[in-house]
Amino acid sequence: MKTYLTLFFSTLKISAFTFGGGFVIIPMLRSRFINSLHWIDEEEMLDLIAIAQSAPGAVAVNASVLIGYRVAGIRGALSALLGTVLPPLVIISVISMFYAAFRDSAAVSRVLKGMQAAVAAVIADVVITMAHNVINDKRIFPVLIMISAFTAAYLFGVNVIYIVIVCAVIGALFMRPKRKEDAK
Amino acid sequence: MIYLQLFLSFFQIGLFGFGGGYAVMPLIQNQVVDIHGWLDMSAFSDIITISQMTPGPIAINSATFAGIQTAGILGAAVATLGCVLPSTIIVIVLVKLYIKYRDMSVMKGVMSGLRPAVVAMIASAGLSILTLSLWQGNAPSLGAESFDFIAAGIFVLSLAVLRIFKVNQIYVMLSAGIVGLLAYMLV
Repeated sequence: MKTYLTLFFSTLKISAFTFGGGFVIIPMLRSRFINSLHWIDEEEMLDLIAIAQSAPGAVAVNASVLIGYRVAGIRGALSALLGTVLPPLVIISVISMFYAAFRDSAAVSRVLKGMQAAVAAVIADVVITMAHNVINDKRIFPVLIMISAFTAAYLFGVNVIYIVIVCAVIGALFMRPKRKEDAK
Repeated sequence: MIYLQLFLSFFQIGLFGFGGGYAVMPLIQNQVVDIHGWLDMSAFSDIITISQMTPGPIAINSATFAGIQTAGILGAAVATLGCVLPSTIIVIVLVKLYIKYRDMSVMKGVMSGLRPAVVAMIASAGLSILTLSLWQGNAPSLGAESFDFIAAGIFVLSLAVLRIFKVNQIYVMLSAGIVGLLAYMLV
């Protein structure tokens, strides 16, 4: 029961702060579930994000559900789902009652502009750590994939689903572990 | 039966909404504005604006908004449920396959190919938010008039605090909100 509650309240708190799109939730899930709770390791986290990205639906919701499932099965997934969905549901319900005032408020937009800059910093922080891990591996393929995927996504605006498919195929063809590594 | 209609509409949005975020906007517009007329186009563009200002995925925000406008709080709950159900089922099936086959060498190869790509996609999303924050939607330029120095200051300070002191991200964001409120008021 304690696990379900921890999952619920962790995702609730995280979801209330995921301004600016799905990927913002990743740094926060990472610091909560890898660094504080130690429930998931770094490599599995990346795998779960890749799965979250390959399915339809919001990345933030998918990633929370996957972590919940890995930690505590179907009930864990449901606890995390509820925790993730509740904040936007409540916030939008409240805002929809007086949304014109909210949209036009100068104070609200100032707070949000400040938070937007911090969101960019939160993502930059996690990207620096993750990219460092990829480069530290000292293998050429992952670094090449990282650079090309970034170029495709950022400079050319390629749909992420194509990036996922292409990188999965490249991985399956060229990045299988050698037999020796398999045995160890 | 408005509840069933809301559920089914958002079930389709959840099922076919690949890519998330802005990629699902046309899909939502099609269901909510064109087919059912639950919201008109100006209410729909308001929900996009509000989605940018509040936490949460755009699909869930529009589900809540359309639901509450047409059928109250229960409508919001039903629409949201419809929206998240398909992807929840699909990711659980996918993760079961992942757990079952992750020791196979093909699966290991696929995952090694995807991991650096995930880092790249997060980087790309982050850079988009950063340029939006520093130039407020204008094309990035070196001119001082369109550059937001307050946002740049908050960004640098937040990043330094995160990297050096490992402060909880939520506290950093809350402080940035307060700093933003005060700093933009003075300028």
